[in-house]
Amino acid sequence: MAQLDLRKKLSVLADAAKYDASCASSGTSKRDSKGGKGLGSTEGMGICHAYTPDGRCVSLLKILLTNFCIYDCVYCINRASSNVQRARFNVDEVVELTLNFYRRNYIEGLFLSSGIIRSGDYTMEQMVLVAKKLREEHDFRGYIHLKLIPEADPKLVEQAGLYADRLSANVELPRDEAMGRFAPQKDVGVIKKAMADVRRSVEAARPQKKDRARPPKFAPAGQSTQLIIGADGAPDTEIIDRSAALYGGYGLRRVYYSAFSPIPDSSAALPLSKPPLMREHRLYQADWLMRFYGFSPPEIGEATTGGMLDLAIDPKLAWALNRRERFPVNVNTAAREDLLRVPGLGVKSVNRMISIRRYRTLRLEDVARLCRGIDKVRPFITALDWTPGGLTDAVDLRARLVPEPKAVQLSLF
Amino acid sequence: MATAELAHETDFDGWREAARRFRLSGVEPAGARFVVVGGEASGSLFDGEGPGPSDLPRESAFTVPKAFVDVAREVMLHRSADRFDLLYRILWRLRDEPDLMKVTSDADVADALERVRNVSRAAHKMKAFVRFRLVQAPAVAGVGGEPGDVYVAWFEPAHRVLEKTAPFFVRRFANMRWSILTPEGSAFWDGEALTTGPGARPEDAPRDDEMEAFWKTYYASTFNPARLKTKTMQGEMPRRYWKNLPEASLIPELIAASRDRTETMVDRAPSAPNLKLAGAVAPDARLGGLDDGRVTSDPTELSQAIQGCRRCPLWRDATQGVCGVGPVGAKLMIVGEQPGDQEDLAGLPFVGPAGQVLDAALQEAGIDRSDVYVTNAVKHFKHEPRGQRRLHKTPNAGEVTACRWWLDQERAIVRPRLTLALGATAAFAVLNQKVAVTKTRGEPLPLPDGSRAMVTVHPSYLLRLPDEAAKARERAAFVRDLIRARGLL
Repeated sequence: MAQLDLRKKLSVLADAAKYDASCASSGTSKRDSKGGKGLGSTEGMGICHAYTPDGRCVSLLKILLTNFCIYDCVYCINRASSNVQRARFNVDEVVELTLNFYRRNYIEGLFLSSGIIRSGDYTMEQMVLVAKKLREEHDFRGYIHLKLIPEADPKLVEQAGLYADRLSANVELPRDEAMGRFAPQKDVGVIKKAMADVRRSVEAARPQKKDRARPPKFAPAGQSTQLIIGADGAPDTEIIDRSAALYGGYGLRRVYYSAFSPIPDSSAALPLSKPPLMREHRLYQADWLMRFYGFSPPEIGEATTGGMLDLAIDPKLAWALNRRERFPVNVNTAAREDLLRVPGLGVKSVNRMISIRRYRTLRLEDVARLCRGIDKVRPFITALDWTPGGLTDAVDLRARLVPEPKAVQLSLF
Repeated sequence: MATAELAHETDFDGWREAARRFRLSGVEPAGARFVVVGGEASGSLFDGEGPGPSDLPRESAFTVPKAFVDVAREVMLHRSADRFDLLYRILWRLRDEPDLMKVTSDADVADALERVRNVSRAAHKMKAFVRFRLVQAPAVAGVGGEPGDVYVAWFEPAHRVLEKTAPFFVRRFANMRWSILTPEGSAFWDGEALTTGPGARPEDAPRDDEMEAFWKTYYASTFNPARLKTKTMQGEMPRRYWKNLPEASLIPELIAASRDRTETMVDRAPSAPNLKLAGAVAPDARLGGLDDGRVTSDPTELSQAIQGCRRCPLWRDATQGVCGVGPVGAKLMIVGEQPGDQEDLAGLPFVGPAGQVLDAALQEAGIDRSDVYVTNAVKHFKHEPRGQRRLHKTPNAGEVTACRWWLDQERAIVRPRLTLALGATAAFAVLNQKVAVTKTRGEPLPLPDGSRAMVTVHPSYLLRLPDEAAKARERAAFVRDLIRARGLL
């Protein structure tokens, strides 16, 4: 086989990795390169160094070690039966690329995944080796996200956690039954067990009061996973339930939702269409409602029709329109959890209102200055100079709040 | 009109000094003017006679909240001409409204905070969009020292955030020598000290870098043409920065080609599977499918069969089935209710908080846990997610009945003399009828296979008791039951 040059490899192996939605580089321990021999820092907030025209950020060098794979998952561009061009980096090539990109301030660090070659153990070993070299030989203090091969030996997962900031194992299919059909070489039980091991290691690495010495660090930015949306027929309610179970069970920092996207050289098993981007967006909103707004999965279910979230309005508004008896709430007296239920009010604006209330009585214009748009908020609140009257219960309220459908723009290019 | 001259655009100390003087002498906001030497005049549109000092009582000294000073420092970096006036107006108002800074919905305060956000965003974007190019020193003007690798960037910040942001680059690239050149000033790091210098021109920075071709290749390849969202991209990466971003030159062609690429992918018929690699495919994970009707006398096989159990829906949200653990032929079998959070993760029974209570009680009763077969009535963890935790839910009769299939096999393999059921769920599973734990506890009960059963409380009940006295009393009763059980072996 002819040797591909490095740039060609980079193009093949970045293309192969782009279907993983994870891009976070935040939430790890604070570090900098002062007093070290290498380079890099992490300061809590990850930085998005560029954005591509798909609206996604470029924060990490997101690549596969290789896109050869002995698995044959029908939704994946790298499946064994795909005719995609194959390539493989060696360990040093990845290390050098990461350092060279980092020195020029292109990236926050490395996101390394891989197709499975030879065995899960062999593949995981190679990935751990990259992270180990970056950390130990180059004193690299930037961010590293390693993909876990769930079938790999737990000892390798332990090592991965020593070098990486974040680990992730992707569930991919919200429906376990679909796993057998679409990803026959994968076992959802094995994936969950890998996540369970990570959670236990993360918890064991938390310093206890009684510990004299700090336990060694383990994946300080925790773990995440990804669910593909629109490949296996699972409705939104099922996806939300699955997410809630994953958050609760494995202490995940994030569940990513990735709208199933057409891939070149597709399999006959999955009909291709445009990716359901709006559905993906609504699922992220529902996920946020669960994590930051105190919504339970059944409550989000109340805002669905036939198990699907409303695509025209956000899930919080959909829920509020169904539960109008809970509104309007008084912005000057209502409890925090009730304010968080008001459509259009975010966590930050609610926190600000609560602190301002101690010094001033809020008027509608004050609320307007604290949130992004007052139109959605107005029917659901009362303020010093505002009551919505019959607006809250107006039959046509949904119609009034649905944004006008945008005329389809012709592309200029 | 009172006028103060500031030394430069971000002369915070100068502004602070002047503003303090103005306020002490009662200069109202409309009569105060701040001018940067050599810069644009700020403030009022007409240079005429503004109002003179007000007739408010003079102050000899005053204090302002720290929040104001913090906000003022940031607003000073904003490019707006009227920033000095806005700050002075707030300073003036603080006299009668000491809590003003806390009223973030006030028009002036909201305006100032908005500018703080603009500045902070400009600093953040600087951290993101500076692109270093490598040069061999001493080829660069302004960088002294011995030759070697130097990284130089040309950058145009949206607000005057160079000095505010330079320390970030020091922390991140402490062992590199670098320069960041901007139109209004420059920052240099020689590996030991940060120095600043005058503004520069784009041509003072290197024109290219060998890694940029790789970076552009990466940028183009990581883009997914099926997900075009140009508005999101522009919101996060405003056009004003594009001219200094090497990758931005690719944007028009990526957008232009995206629709065709996507349509081609969607319309193209699925290709024939690649047979070259098909021979190397790993075996299916669940060969033989799920056999939860399995009957076996081998404990390892039993544990594997439980992993595939679909007799009730509890498997779905659990990590794994938790089979019992202990020697075959153990005289005592202890049956709990179900695995909890920790047991579900570890795949072992009684390793969580309730397990610790059980271990201590067994030790006190003189029973060695390694001689006991420990299991649960239900093999999967039934729970409800609550954020980052899982709340235990009691299994229902249907679930217990479905799972008896496995418990009966465990009993057939282990053949204990005594089966000790912890709590009502376990009692129902073992005795096949609902009993009140308080009435039956501690009594030996015959089982159909000729062995005996005994019922006692579940150790998690001891954990839930609120007051210490009750806890101690109940714990002693639990240990007494265990001692009684030992007597029956």
